[in-house]
Amino acid sequence: MTAPATANAVEHVAAGEVLAFPAQEPARAARDSRPLRLITCGSVDDGKSTLIGRLLWDTKAVKEDQAATLQRDSNGKQNDLGLPDFALLLDGLQAEREQGITIDVAYRYFSTDKRSFIVADTPGHEQYTRNMATGASTADLAVLLVDARVGLLEQTRRHATIATLMGIKQFVLAVNKIDLTDYDRARFEEINHEFRELALSLGVRQVTAIPVSALKGENVVYDGRASMPWYDGPTLIEVLELATTRSAQTVGFRLPVQRVSRPGESFRGYQGTVAGGSVKPGDSVVILPSGMVANVTKIVTFDLVRNAAVAGDAITLVLDRQVDVSRGDMIVAIDSQPLTGLAFDAQLVALQPEGIQPGKRYWLKSGSRRQRVQIQPASQLDLKTGKWNHAEQLPMNAIGKVHLAFDEQAIFDTYEQNRFTGAFILIDPDTNNTVAGGMITAKRSALGGIHTEDARVILSLPADLADQLMATELFAGRREEAEIRRVSAGKAVEIIDDIDG
Amino acid sequence: MPHIHPETELHNPQSAKPPLDPHLKALENEAIHIFREVAAEFERPVMLYSIGKDSSVLLHLARKAFYPGRVPFPLLHVNTGWKFAEMIAFRNEIVERYDLDLIEHINPRGAAENVTPFSHGSALYTDIMKTEALRQALDAGQFDAAFGGARRDEEASRAKERIYSFRTPDHRWDPRNQRPELWNVYNGMIRKGESVRAFPLSNWTEVDIWRYIQAEEIPIVPLYFAEKRPIVERDGMMILAEDPRLELLPGETKREEVIRFRTLGCFPLTGAIRSSATTLDDIISELETATVSERQGRAIDRDQSGSMEKKKREGYF
Ligand SMILES: Nc1nc2c(ncn2[C@@H]2O[C@H](COP(=O)(O)OP(=O)(O)OP(=O)(O)O)[C@@H](O)[C@H]2O)c(=O)[nH]1
Ligand SMILES: [Mg+2]
Repeated sequence: MTAPATANAVEHVAAGEVLAFPAQEPARAARDSRPLRLITCGSVDDGKSTLIGRLLWDTKAVKEDQAATLQRDSNGKQNDLGLPDFALLLDGLQAEREQGITIDVAYRYFSTDKRSFIVADTPGHEQYTRNMATGASTADLAVLLVDARVGLLEQTRRHATIATLMGIKQFVLAVNKIDLTDYDRARFEEINHEFRELALSLGVRQVTAIPVSALKGENVVYDGRASMPWYDGPTLIEVLELATTRSAQTVGFRLPVQRVSRPGESFRGYQGTVAGGSVKPGDSVVILPSGMVANVTKIVTFDLVRNAAVAGDAITLVLDRQVDVSRGDMIVAIDSQPLTGLAFDAQLVALQPEGIQPGKRYWLKSGSRRQRVQIQPASQLDLKTGKWNHAEQLPMNAIGKVHLAFDEQAIFDTYEQNRFTGAFILIDPDTNNTVAGGMITAKRSALGGIHTEDARVILSLPADLADQLMATELFAGRREEAEIRRVSAGKAVEIIDDIDG
Repeated sequence: MPHIHPETELHNPQSAKPPLDPHLKALENEAIHIFREVAAEFERPVMLYSIGKDSSVLLHLARKAFYPGRVPFPLLHVNTGWKFAEMIAFRNEIVERYDLDLIEHINPRGAAENVTPFSHGSALYTDIMKTEALRQALDAGQFDAAFGGARRDEEASRAKERIYSFRTPDHRWDPRNQRPELWNVYNGMIRKGESVRAFPLSNWTEVDIWRYIQAEEIPIVPLYFAEKRPIVERDGMMILAEDPRLELLPGETKREEVIRFRTLGCFPLTGAIRSSATTLDDIISELETATVSERQGRAIDRDQSGSMEKKKREGYF
C-alpha cells in the first residue's frame, strides 16, 4: 500500500527540497534537539485522530503486534477503502471506541530521521474543550483540521483562539477529507482564505495550509501529487520537521522554589526548576515576596557542582546568607524582576460545567505558589464576531478577560514574556477540581480600578492603515479596550473639529 | 557485585561523564520537577518499586531530585512470591547500597489461599496478588501519593493518563473525567482518603529509558541482557525454567536458549525473547529495529484491547 509512496518520499529528498539539515545517522539525529510538541485540534470528526494515526503508521511508529490489534479492532468498522480505522491507534479508552469520538487527549511519540515529536491528539467535542486546552498549553505548534466539505465551524474558531491565547504561534491548517471533494482546489483555496482572515484577527502570522486526506495518507508523510497535481507545497511531516520549538524565555532569572533541602546542619538549598533566564555563582538575587537580597554561592546537582544553570534546568541553589525562603517563594534576578502586587489582569478559559463565578474565592496555583484569589469577569469573547462582550460570569468553555484580586502579594510575569511565570490554574475549593487555565496580561495599578481614568486618544486614520494596526498582536491582545467606528473622511474631520472646539 | 551487570556498575558522581543530550536532559528535568512537587505537596508519598528497568530509572531520578538529601519517602515493592530470583537479589542489594526504606507487601489472603499463576490463571492471580495487594499496601500505609514508572507509550489507555492521576478512596481511576492538567502546574488538592498516582516518566519512550540507563550508568537486573538460560515453551511464550515450583506439563521439555527479557514481572507470566544483545548498545540497536512492542511478552496484557484500562479503573497500577 505504501510502496509507491516510499519511492516518492525518496525522490523528494533527492531533489533537495527538504534538505534543511545535513544528512545524519537517523536514530541519533533525532535526539540532537528537544522534541517538537504539537497538537491536533479542530471540530468533532474532522479527522484529528485519523491524521495522527496515519502519521504514526507512515513513520513506522506502529509495531507489528499493534498493527495486528488495529486490524482486529477495525473489523466491521472498515471504511469503503478497506483501510484500518487509524483513529483507533489514539482513541484508547473504551468509551471512545464505543462512541467513535475522542474524549481525552492522547500523547504519542514518534520520530523521523530529522527529529522527534511529542504529539497530543485532542478531542473536538465542545464538552471536552478542557482536554484540548490541556494539550495546547505545552505545544509549540497546532495542526488545525477542517473538514473540506464543511469548512470552518465555531469549534474550529474556539480551538484556534485557545491555541493562540496559550501562545502557539505556528499553525498548520490541514484541509482534510479532500478526497471526499474530489480534490477540489477551489474549495481548498476558499477555506484557506477564510482561515487567513481568522488568523489575521488573532495575530497569527505563521500558517501553512495543506490539502490532506488523513485516511488515505495524502500529503501527510507521503505527497499527494498523484491526486492533487495542483498542490506543490510541503507535506505535513515536512512542515513539522522544519518548525521551531518555543524559544527559552528572555526575561531575567526566575526560580520558583519547590522545596527547601536541609539534609543536615551544614546544608541549606532551594530546589526548583529554572523558569526563565539563567544563573551562575556570584549573581545577586532577590527573594520574593519578602524582597530580601542574597548572592548565589553554588548550584548543586547530583552529578557535579555546576557553573551555570539555564531555563528548564532542575537545580538546587545555595545562597550566601541565612534568609527566610519557603516553598512558593520566587528567587529572581535583582536587575530584572517580575511584577508583584495584589491585582492583575488575565485571560482565561473556563473548563468546568460550573463556569467561573464572580466574587467566589478560588485557589490559584502558579509555579509552586498557591494562594487565594477572587475573580471578577470583565468580558467574554464572542467566537462568531471576534468581539469581546461585557460579561458578569463565564460559562463552561468561555474565553474571558478577568481581574484577579489577591489577599497576599502575587508574583507574575506577563504570559507573553514568560510562559511559566505568567500562567496559572484555578482550583475550586469546593470540588478541588481545576476549573480554569489562565494567562496574565498585566498588573493593575489599584485594586478595583477600571480603565475609566486612563487617558484615551482618538485617531483618524486611512482605513487600510487602521486594518494593519488592528492586525498586530499588540492590538489583538487589548482589542476590547478600543472603540472602533468606521466613518467617512469628512465625518472624521467634523468629529475631531467638534472635540477641539 | 555478583548481581549487577559489569556494564552498569555504580558510577562515581565525580567521574567525568559526557553531558546528557538535550532530549534526555529535558525528560530528566521534567521528572525531577514532578518528584519535588509531589514530595512538597503531599503528606505521605511512596514510590512503587517493581525492580524493572523503568523502576531503576525512576529511582535514579528520585535520588537526583533530592540530592544531597536522602530520598524522602519509602519504596513499596508489591511482591507476589513469583518474581524472578535475580530480581529479589538485585532489589536487596540496591536498597542497602542507596540506604533506602523498603516496604515489601505480599497479599496475606493470596498467600494463605495459595493463589498461584498456575492454579488460578493469570487474570485472577493478577487481580489478587497485584491489584488487591497494591490496594492493601497503600491503605495500610495511608499513602496519599504513589509514584509509578508508567510511560504513556506503553499502551493506548496509558497514553491518556495525566501525570497526576487522581484516584478515589477505593483507588478507582475515572478516565472520562480527568482533571485538566495545563503547563507544568499540577493540581495536588485532594480530600482525605483520595490519592494521586504520579508518573514522572510519562513522556519517556522505551528507547529513552535505555539510552538514559546507558548515559547515566544505572544498574539494572542482569536478566535484561542475553545469556544462555533454561527455558520451557508455554502458550507461545518462552518461560524461564529455573524455579523448582515450575512443573513441566505433559509434552513440555526444558531446553537452553540464548535469551533475554524486555520487561520483568512474575516469571511464569513473562515471555523471553531470542536475542544476542549482551550490551546496552546491542539492546538499543535491537530496539531501534524491533518490529514488535514491549508488551508482547506480557501475558496479562494480551487478553483484549481495553484490558489495561479495565484493570486500571479497578486500581491496578
Ligand atoms: N474519506 C475520508 N475520511 C476521513 C478522513 N479523515 C478522517 N476520516 C473519517 O472521519 C471520521 C472521523 O475521524 P476521527 O479521526 O475520529 O475524527 P476526530 O477529529 O479525531 O474526532 P474527535 O476526536 O471526536 O473530535 C472517521 O470515520 C474517519 O475514518 C479523510 O481524509 N478522508
Ligand atoms: Mg479524535
